[in-house]
Amino acid sequence: MSKIRIATTSLAGCFGCHMSFLDMDERLVALLEHVEFNRSPLTDIKHCGPCDIGLIEGGVCNAENVHVLREFRDNCKILIAVGACAINGGVPAMRNHFSLRECLEEVYINGAGVENPQIPNDVELPLLLDKVHPIHEVVRVDYYLPGCPPSADAFLKILGDLLEGREPVLPHNLLHYD
Amino acid sequence: MRNVSVTDSNTANTIGVLRSAIAEACAESPHLLHVLHALQQQFLHISDEAVREVAAHLDLPLSQVDAVNEFYSFFHKTPRGRYDILFSNCTSCGYMAGGVDLMAMLGRRLDIVAGNTRSDGLVSMDQTSCIGMCDHGAALLVNGMPITRLDDSRIDRIAALVEAEAPLEDWPPEWFQVDDNIRVSGLLLKDDLTVGIGLRKMLELDVADTLSEIIQSGLRGRGGAGFSTGMKWQFCREAQGAAHYVVCNADEGEPGTFKDRVILHSHADSLFEGMTVCAFAVGAKQGYLYLRGEYRYLLPHLQSVLARRRELALLGVDILGQPGFSFDIDIVVGAGAYICGEESALIESLEGKRGIPRVRPPFPVTHGYRGQPTVVNNVETFIAAAHIVLRGSAWFRAEGTEKSAGSKILSISGDCATPGIYEYPFGVTIRQVLDDCGAKNAQAVQVGGPSGTLIDSAEFDRRLGFDDLSTGGSLMVFGQARDLLAVIVNFAHFFAHESCGFCTPCRVGTALLKNGLGKIAGGHGTRYDLDEMQHIATLVKCRSHCGLGQTAANPILDGLQRFPQTFEQRLVHHDFEPHFDLDAALEEARQISRRDDAAAHIE
Amino acid sequence: MSADTTQNPITQNTITIDGQEIPFVAGQTIMDAALAAGVYIPHLCHKPGLTPHGSCKLCVVDIASRSVSSHNSDRRVQAKFQVVADSRSVSACTMPAVAGQQISNNTPALNEVRKTITQMLFIEGNHICPSCEKCGDCTLQAMAYHLGMLDGHFPQFLQRRAVDASHPTVMLDRDRCILCELCVRASREVDGKNVFAIAGRGINAHLIVNSASGKLVDSDLETSDMAAHICPVGAILIKEHGYEVPIGRRTFDLHQVGEIGSEEIILTKVRHADE
Repeated sequence: MSKIRIATTSLAGCFGCHMSFLDMDERLVALLEHVEFNRSPLTDIKHCGPCDIGLIEGGVCNAENVHVLREFRDNCKILIAVGACAINGGVPAMRNHFSLRECLEEVYINGAGVENPQIPNDVELPLLLDKVHPIHEVVRVDYYLPGCPPSADAFLKILGDLLEGREPVLPHNLLHYD
Repeated sequence: MRNVSVTDSNTANTIGVLRSAIAEACAESPHLLHVLHALQQQFLHISDEAVREVAAHLDLPLSQVDAVNEFYSFFHKTPRGRYDILFSNCTSCGYMAGGVDLMAMLGRRLDIVAGNTRSDGLVSMDQTSCIGMCDHGAALLVNGMPITRLDDSRIDRIAALVEAEAPLEDWPPEWFQVDDNIRVSGLLLKDDLTVGIGLRKMLELDVADTLSEIIQSGLRGRGGAGFSTGMKWQFCREAQGAAHYVVCNADEGEPGTFKDRVILHSHADSLFEGMTVCAFAVGAKQGYLYLRGEYRYLLPHLQSVLARRRELALLGVDILGQPGFSFDIDIVVGAGAYICGEESALIESLEGKRGIPRVRPPFPVTHGYRGQPTVVNNVETFIAAAHIVLRGSAWFRAEGTEKSAGSKILSISGDCATPGIYEYPFGVTIRQVLDDCGAKNAQAVQVGGPSGTLIDSAEFDRRLGFDDLSTGGSLMVFGQARDLLAVIVNFAHFFAHESCGFCTPCRVGTALLKNGLGKIAGGHGTRYDLDEMQHIATLVKCRSHCGLGQTAANPILDGLQRFPQTFEQRLVHHDFEPHFDLDAALEEARQISRRDDAAAHIE
Repeated sequence: MSADTTQNPITQNTITIDGQEIPFVAGQTIMDAALAAGVYIPHLCHKPGLTPHGSCKLCVVDIASRSVSSHNSDRRVQAKFQVVADSRSVSACTMPAVAGQQISNNTPALNEVRKTITQMLFIEGNHICPSCEKCGDCTLQAMAYHLGMLDGHFPQFLQRRAVDASHPTVMLDRDRCILCELCVRASREVDGKNVFAIAGRGINAHLIVNSASGKLVDSDLETSDMAAHICPVGAILIKEHGYEVPIGRRTFDLHQVGEIGSEEIILTKVRHADE
């Protein structure tokens, strides 16, 4: 039987969900008998090919996030929003209190220790959206795995269910938002 | 130092002016809504300072005055213009009623954007919920006075008069003319009562007979809910309390309804007579007429009718010489809040609070105004009661149907030849009504306003009455050319604007419905979004605290059921559409970075 | 309007919730009777001892109608959130218990309604649990766990709401306010003050402070007031005590919101008396 192909990415996130994924430790070895990784920080593959499952960490804060998210949605049969930021914007969404201009001026103009103050405008840089959004406002999402981060057990549970062809469910003791 | 003392004396001066304005307003009436209205008139806004002064003067918590100030649409925390122009946004008398955006037109003439006050302070412009001029074409309020029959030439002339700073008294008086437009008269409108005749008849009966006549007449509340008026009065009479109150609900806010405007204008005596009959029946000494802020222009007329009735001993102490029968009526004017048409929210407003519907039970008949037994009835209910006392229950029952006795006064507007007031016996078919008002080729009729029922042409043989199509009196006709989705979107905006915000399903749900419908109407909705509308609408309908929320989703649910194609033809047929405009969300960043390259956009 | 007293004598002074017969005394609401009997009806804006409010609508229950009225055959009601046929939806916290009421409470359909209402509360405000001091002690969060909520479902409203950090010992973060008015009532009814109120309308409704500046520091709120501690979410917080109890050892890390008596735990938790 061919392996289940999984892609992962972090948008406006901290990679904490990825770190938590790795907290599976030795259980990762058993998992890898059933799955292989496509695009992911774990493989350094740069673009998502056809996959069975996409795991998205982080919310949507800039144009690049939108493109990556769309690539995942186009290529993954199942897309899972992983962690607080993907699900409701999380900590990066705390900038939504302020206008984008206020944020950028605080960081690049008025911030302590800033030399040669200017707001970067290199065309290589992705433009920021005026607000940080959860991913389900941009693409259709199939499942949600909350937590900041979700525990390794939660990852194993949802992937285990999917590998065995079940509707994934989370027991109450694995459901938390922090 | 000098600057400081100037500031101090300015502040002292401002406070002095505020205090005298408050004192002056209180001399007229210490009601919080009245005082705030007076300040809004004089200072064009109600500042934090004014809020503090009012709270101190009326000995109210600052937070209550602040909360009331923010709750009602006609009070403002920042200054409005010396000409404050409010366009109705109703589908019948709104700024889009003629198919042209008259508000945008005036905005261009006056160089002002809706919602704003011009920097010179001369004029402010905004939209407001239906102002009850639906039989008069597009309409607006300027400093509270209605101007009807708007068209582009009138908009031009209004702009010129504003720029010339011409006082309203010098504007063409015919612009302010509001006609009754009574097209069909029935039981109640055919003959006006001779002043006092109902009361004299009533005094020949005793209380028990009066109550029994009202009960036997089968009269049910004309606001739409249809509770037995006689039973309500009897419950109130039987309820224990330090005082009993009679309240007339003249907060006619349902878009498309204007029959109370006509009754208040031309049958005010019958109305007050009906309230006095009720006072006699329930043992009340004090009554209140709660008049919607949009009808403030009727206040002088109503006050004069009350004054005349006092002179004729029809109000006051020992009415018509009957020892111990004392009753008087005060008028409290609302300030732009549809929710105050809900009887318990109205009572809260009467008590000088935000119009938040109360928990029921207990009902107002036992715990109403100031916690005392209170009858709240519609304007039309009271005039019906006045007629019934005079002419007897049999006279009333002779018209209408078994469960819906008597007549119903309809406000008909929309796509018809002769919008206006039509009074029919209950049981009349929609088809008959449409024929009479010259509505050819109607595709749909909104019965009872946005909170009522949207019916299609296959249902035009349905009948008006509590057992079929209940209505508070609004009947809006939509011809074949109407974009029904635009109508439903308009109604969704109305409810989201008017939700009081008390309960979660209505507060959040009406906003979700407004946004979701906007997405669909804007051509960005998918089948998923449409299904979402159905789910949210059902939750709002079934789980909201009061009648507003329970009916707010009706236009959407009716529309989905009867006119699914009006939604479906706007859908995009792919899996998913983002919930916000991705490219527009980059605009601020484009401006800050001065970029416009391909990567600075998202398709 | 008046109670139907012609019921079968066996059901006198009892109501039935999900098939379980529950006694009540006159004057009790459905919520009162349920809590006394150890039956959990989800709620956020209700706290025994304060005037019932009925605004959050988490405590919606369906009461079977004794007679079928025409309203119940409404064709429009047909989607997943419908009231069970021939029943009416009420708030358990405000509806008086009446002998013989047949009440549905812990049903999949009602819990779905409650989950949706909870999602509405989440997306209306800005609830970023990982950054909130109240995390783990928050009743809204615990309610969401109880109802199995995974996401906010709806688009975020992204409202910008003011923070008030002016008071020396109490913090007000309106982002997290769910407009339950527990603080409003606690201040008025228990503390004998009038520190909080709701202003504005509809989705613009917001918590205000009864002081000349509108700031907490100029109000008469004191740390010992019930109103300073009653907030079910992280909108009103006692400063400098936020992390005395570590994440993982907090109320709802150790308890379920549906445990009867958890009200005690929530209140005392903030005062660090529970551990």
